[in-house]
Amino acid sequence: MLDAGEGAGGALAGHDTDPRRKLVEVRGLKMYFPITSGLLRRHVGDVKAVDNVSFDIYEGETLGLVGESGCGKSTTGRALLRLYEVTDGVVKIDGQEVARADARTLRRMRTTMQMVFQDPQASLNPRMTVASIISEPLDEHTRLSKKEKLARIYELMDAVGLNRTFANRYPHEFSGGQRQRIGIARALALNPKFIVCDEPIAALDVSIQAQVVNLLEELQEKLGLTYLFISHDLSMVRHIADRVAVMYLGQMAELAPREALYSTPLHPYTEALLSAVPDPDPAVETRRERIILSGDVPSPANPPKGCNFCTRCPKVLPICKDVEPVFREVQPRHYVACHLYDPDMTQDAGATGA
Amino acid sequence: MPDGALPVLEVKDLKTVFRTRGGQVHAVNSVSFHLRPGELLGVVGESGSGKSVTMMSLIGLLPSPPANVSDGQILFDGHDLRTASEETLRKIRGARIGFIFQDPMTSLNPVFTVGFQLMEPLRKHMGLSKARARDRAVELLELVGIPDARPRLKDYPHQFSGGMRQRVMIAIALACDPKVLIADEPTTALDVTIQAQIIELVKELREKLGMAIVWITHDLGVIAGIADRVMVMYGGQVVEQAPARELFANPQHPYTRALLKTVPKVHGAREPKLNVIEGQPPILMAAPSACSFRDRCAHAFARCGAENPRRRPVGANGHDVACFWDAATQGEADA
Repeated sequence: MLDAGEGAGGALAGHDTDPRRKLVEVRGLKMYFPITSGLLRRHVGDVKAVDNVSFDIYEGETLGLVGESGCGKSTTGRALLRLYEVTDGVVKIDGQEVARADARTLRRMRTTMQMVFQDPQASLNPRMTVASIISEPLDEHTRLSKKEKLARIYELMDAVGLNRTFANRYPHEFSGGQRQRIGIARALALNPKFIVCDEPIAALDVSIQAQVVNLLEELQEKLGLTYLFISHDLSMVRHIADRVAVMYLGQMAELAPREALYSTPLHPYTEALLSAVPDPDPAVETRRERIILSGDVPSPANPPKGCNFCTRCPKVLPICKDVEPVFREVQPRHYVACHLYDPDMTQDAGATGA
Repeated sequence: MPDGALPVLEVKDLKTVFRTRGGQVHAVNSVSFHLRPGELLGVVGESGSGKSVTMMSLIGLLPSPPANVSDGQILFDGHDLRTASEETLRKIRGARIGFIFQDPMTSLNPVFTVGFQLMEPLRKHMGLSKARARDRAVELLELVGIPDARPRLKDYPHQFSGGMRQRVMIAIALACDPKVLIADEPTTALDVTIQAQIIELVKELREKLGMAIVWITHDLGVIAGIADRVMVMYGGQVVEQAPARELFANPQHPYTRALLKTVPKVHGAREPKLNVIEGQPPILMAAPSACSFRDRCAHAFARCGAENPRRRPVGANGHDVACFWDAATQGEADA
């Protein structure tokens, strides 16, 4: 099981310790944005926003994807739904290849995969009423009659807790939390199986965040949805996610079931990230030893050689500056990309494989 | 004042009103508080609770019209800042009272070098020569932990990362040795690991320089780590105020209690379901004649709809709350 595997496809070769069905499979996903220069827009380099990322999402679960701004978590979410043309890699959703699908196949698949965006102000057309926003996917992908469509709109508004009498209002007449409900209703319109939630609560006040998160959880239970929940809010991800993936500078640092990740983080970056989150309790705060990382995240156009965290890592080893660590399963269902957990290092680090 | 020291800043019954086309918005309603020397006062509230407007009212940073700081006293250094002339205010602003804003990108001028922006208050307020101001600017950048400071004076804001820009902002705010530093959501736009760096820096600077700080935030976690005293705002009013430990251990106002429960934690036990504060924050189109939290409150009763509660003391620790409901006598049965 500790078999490292080779290259993009093999990174998660031993990934069958979980019996559940995989709804989403991602292998070696790369998303590079070209840097051009000069009058002829010569290609001089790439911003490696997502660089060789592999993971699975099981049916009915919520995978939390966390990391700091610029780590590539949103790009990953968008690339999964083919909102970008991916540079390389395989993305399978519900058994079908997405990353290379042609336009017609892709259009058919759009009904199974949807997205809820961060800023409900920017993702809802200000000139469309709530009813027309929610019915747009129905217009595009179904042949419902007018009456059936209206019935479906009302059904969706009920499901997300919006009053039916608001159907003919415009987005600006709603508060942030209600707008996010409209966005969720639109995402649900075609009965998708998989929803990418890209920072759906980041723009909301704390007292409203809980309302939206509870709604997402209720809908998941009722409709059997699978979520990729992208967020920088580690405490909210701990609440909503079943498994959590941590990204750093375009790569996956760690992936583990929720409790394992929060109670025994293995990657030094995850440790630092968790220790940086302030706790709303002064008694805890004064006692805590905080790991303060020095410096800033390096540029993804020019990532450091070896492990991409080696410039800030408090536990850096000589090997980290030369050899890129492999993302592997070091404990059952607990993946990490770090030399501290290399097979010949594990005795010292105190972690053992399965 | 329960503690002996005289406050450096005292605000009494401050009212700020915005005149808009839809009518008057009562953003700040009779806010009173004080700040002792060297103290860090945390101000917590959601967007629209009036926390930023209160602080901006203090030093005349709100454009008028539409804003009108219509009533109250702002006592600082022997002046009432509300009625002080623009000239007096200009001498105090940026010199005796420093300000750090949320977004370091929009609050630094992109077309001037960082050095110019740092030296500007030094030359204007302290009358330093160009050379002296430059030396002091280097000192300040070193103080806030920017390596290789002297050559970086020639850099423009976009050449700094988000965390570094916030350090520059702090350096500018500290340039003239202010007695009071007002920090408005200084870490909200930053990542958690960078936020941890900035918090650590502010703690350090506070020990070194001893100024009083007002720290505005919506993040209860940040407040728990740094504040001596916390003031909770809702609907343009102060609903609760207490020493930090007391507030987190013994919250009195139903809003504070609910707020503490809606936030999930990274450490400790995980709650299976999030507590929700139902409803929406109030729209402040009229001066409050009743408790502004009553529609969302689990403990509301007839009196809450008839009368606006005044702040009353709880115990002897300098804890006060604006609520008719009393946790001690009317039961702990939280919704």
